[in-house]
Amino acid sequence: MLSLALRTSRTALNAYRSRGIHAPASLNAVTETDLAHFASILAPSSVISSLAPVNSPTDELDPFNQDWMGRFKGNANTVLKPKTVQEVSQIVKWCNERRIGIVPQGGNTGLVGGSVPIGNELVLSLANMNKVRSFDPVAGILVADAGCILQALTDYVAPLDHVMPLDLGAKGSCQIGGNVATNAGGLRLLRYGSLHGSVLGLEVVLPDGTILDQLTTLRKDNTGYDLKQLFIGAEGTLGIITAVSILTPPAPQATSNVILALPHFDNVLPLFQTVKRDLSEILSAFEFLDRTAYDLAVKHGQGKALDESEVEGAQCFVLVETSGGRREHDEEKLNDLLEKLLEADEPLINTGVVSQNPSQFESIWGLREGVTEAISKEGKAYKYDISVPVATFKDCVDATRDHLESKGLMRPDAVKYVVGYGHCGDGNLHLNVCAAAYTQEIADALEPFIYELVQKHRGSVSAEHGIGAMKTHALHYSKDAVSIGLMKQIKGIFDPNGIMNPGKVLE
Amino acid sequence: MRPTSARFLNILVPVKRAVDYAVKIRVNSQQTGVDLNVKHSMNPFDEIAVEEAVRIRERIKDEVKSIRAVTIGPSKSLDTLRTALAMGADSAIHVEVPESAPAPEPLGVAKTIRALVEKNKEIDLIILGKQAIDDDAGQTGQMLAGLLGWSQATFASKVDVDTKNNVVTVLREIDGGSEEIKCKLPLVITTDLRLNEPRYASLPNIMKAKKKPVEKLKPEDLGVDLTPMLETIKVAEPPKRVGGGKVESVEELVGKLKDAGFTAV
Ligand SMILES: Cc1cc2nc3c(=O)[nH]c(=O)nc-3n(C[C@H](O)[C@H](O)[C@H](O)COP(=O)(O)OP(=O)(O)OC[C@H]3O[C@@H](n4cnc5c(N)ncnc54)[C@H](O)[C@@H]3O)c2cc1C
Repeated sequence: MLSLALRTSRTALNAYRSRGIHAPASLNAVTETDLAHFASILAPSSVISSLAPVNSPTDELDPFNQDWMGRFKGNANTVLKPKTVQEVSQIVKWCNERRIGIVPQGGNTGLVGGSVPIGNELVLSLANMNKVRSFDPVAGILVADAGCILQALTDYVAPLDHVMPLDLGAKGSCQIGGNVATNAGGLRLLRYGSLHGSVLGLEVVLPDGTILDQLTTLRKDNTGYDLKQLFIGAEGTLGIITAVSILTPPAPQATSNVILALPHFDNVLPLFQTVKRDLSEILSAFEFLDRTAYDLAVKHGQGKALDESEVEGAQCFVLVETSGGRREHDEEKLNDLLEKLLEADEPLINTGVVSQNPSQFESIWGLREGVTEAISKEGKAYKYDISVPVATFKDCVDATRDHLESKGLMRPDAVKYVVGYGHCGDGNLHLNVCAAAYTQEIADALEPFIYELVQKHRGSVSAEHGIGAMKTHALHYSKDAVSIGLMKQIKGIFDPNGIMNPGKVLE
Repeated sequence: MRPTSARFLNILVPVKRAVDYAVKIRVNSQQTGVDLNVKHSMNPFDEIAVEEAVRIRERIKDEVKSIRAVTIGPSKSLDTLRTALAMGADSAIHVEVPESAPAPEPLGVAKTIRALVEKNKEIDLIILGKQAIDDDAGQTGQMLAGLLGWSQATFASKVDVDTKNNVVTVLREIDGGSEEIKCKLPLVITTDLRLNEPRYASLPNIMKAKKKPVEKLKPEDLGVDLTPMLETIKVAEPPKRVGGGKVESVEELVGKLKDAGFTAV
């Protein structure tokens, strides 16, 4: 049965249905019998279901069925929120025997439609598994339940003088398990590397209910295949992560940031080189946003704007963050760099501002981190999270805009803005197309156009957000047939019945 | 007596280097104070004061002749002055006290500022924070106005300067609303949060700030004695909050309430 909310988003849904994305017909929906079984193993507060006898109202299920962008909408009749790994294992075992599809869900902030059902799969939310299991302050190793919210973990380790190795705009809602499942990159990757390096161990419930305990806290462990790596970035298609052991770096003693206004995009690369060389070990982020992204962030109140006179004539902005061990040393380095930049014969920057205190530090970050949210407030976002050479960032944005222009789609009732921003330091561009509504016409204009553009630059169609339900058809632009074949074999070994996050990553 | 004819304003902005508001403060093990080995920045209310001085100049242009920042503190307080200069102050005065000296108290600070005003007779408007977030004393502005015999407008949320008539109209935050008062110059204003939102320091201004003059003085040069008059007996953390728990059902909740000694009326 279609709920009213589902019906209103049908156009969007149909756009995806038409590509043939749907849960395999071999899978079953949750029935009242299944529900009775779940109710016998879980606390009442762990079960939400529209089925009798629970009869939860639809608005309790909606938040679990609807993705963050408002673009994908599932039709789960049951959401389970187990509290222990044993409960997870029992649920999964049952679903495997009964061929019920499962969508593991963290904070539901994923941007590729991976965290909501395609059809009526069961949603297994990790929200109730939210305890820190241990922290070793000497080694900096944190072991936590998968459902711990990233911000909560950041706050947990902060007084113990450590930081989480990752940070992203969704930190207030996303969970560490979701971060690992998507191999989230984020704002600190430049400094601390990817989760493939900082995750030391995982506890995973496999699709048959078996608990795989690889929750080690060893920095070094060369004993055969490193199985945990398979789950990092698998987007919940190989199993459910229930706990994570992760290496947290010591907290920097001093941090600072600046936002620089550049007259020309061409200056970004030379600026990156100069900044890398001059700041060396204290450089912790180098983020890029084009003028449109900046203007949208300001328009939607995502951080205090720079003075009019400072943004005049700026084509794009760069945010530089430093973190280091000694304030005086770091400030001196940063000041020398800024002075050099400003006093150069042909300056790479127009001007910029330096944060003077933590509230300004947050405010400057807000301008960059708030872009995602600002775009979603402005309209419906088509998000392309691509890896391409930094030198081509602007070309990619311009080419997309020109292409839409040539199709007559750049108009207020179709595409409002084409925006570029991202993690310049990692060669990761977020190319966003902000439209008045999701339509087939825009989707057709964008794809495969953008994927071909990425392929031309030998880039990746998904730098950090993953494949989810949104990009399964585009996987082949970045992975060859041999690789995709192997991925399918691996999926078959772990999940022969195809119950784990069906329709995601692999078609 | 001071002249009452229309004049050019000379503004003095006292600023304090304080433990940053975002830092989670910890009481030291001797219970004599808090751990000071943490990030410091300009007291947020003082930042608002500097911003207001700069905005007054932006509004009435050349009628503001000078904006001077002053701080009383150890050598590191120079950073705070540089921030004020980067935000738009023209010059600064650093009344330096030794690193090991106890933090000056409000009365000592007020007397120091009075001495500065007596030395620089042209100053006719002093804007300072309503309190510093480290000791939360909230006294300096009032004491200063009293010592100088000037008008005072505390907890300002809006300031309007009329140099023709030598009056300043100030909107004050008071319990349950606001109050508008008209004050004659010379005047002491203390700032409240809503007065303005301080600007970022721009790169060119930070560079310029490095070249702006900072006059260094010692308390003795001004004939003031900053020896504390108050004695701190003990500093302790507030009692820790005990976390709540979750219950599965109404029955369990009622049971817990009963256990805790609550009964139905
Ligand atoms: C404002 C905003 C900013 C963002 N910024 C970034 C960024 O800078 N970098 C970046 O990489 N991403 C970013 N993202 C997207 C990012 O992928 C997610 O925010 C985050 O990593 C997902 O965590 P989550 O807990 O919300 O997972 P969900 O959205 O709930 O799930 C994401 C995927 O992981 C699976 N999954 C979740 N939990 C588990 C688990 N315990 N076991 C197995 N599978 C699981 C789901 O099935 C789904 O496929 C951003 C998102 C938003 C909304």
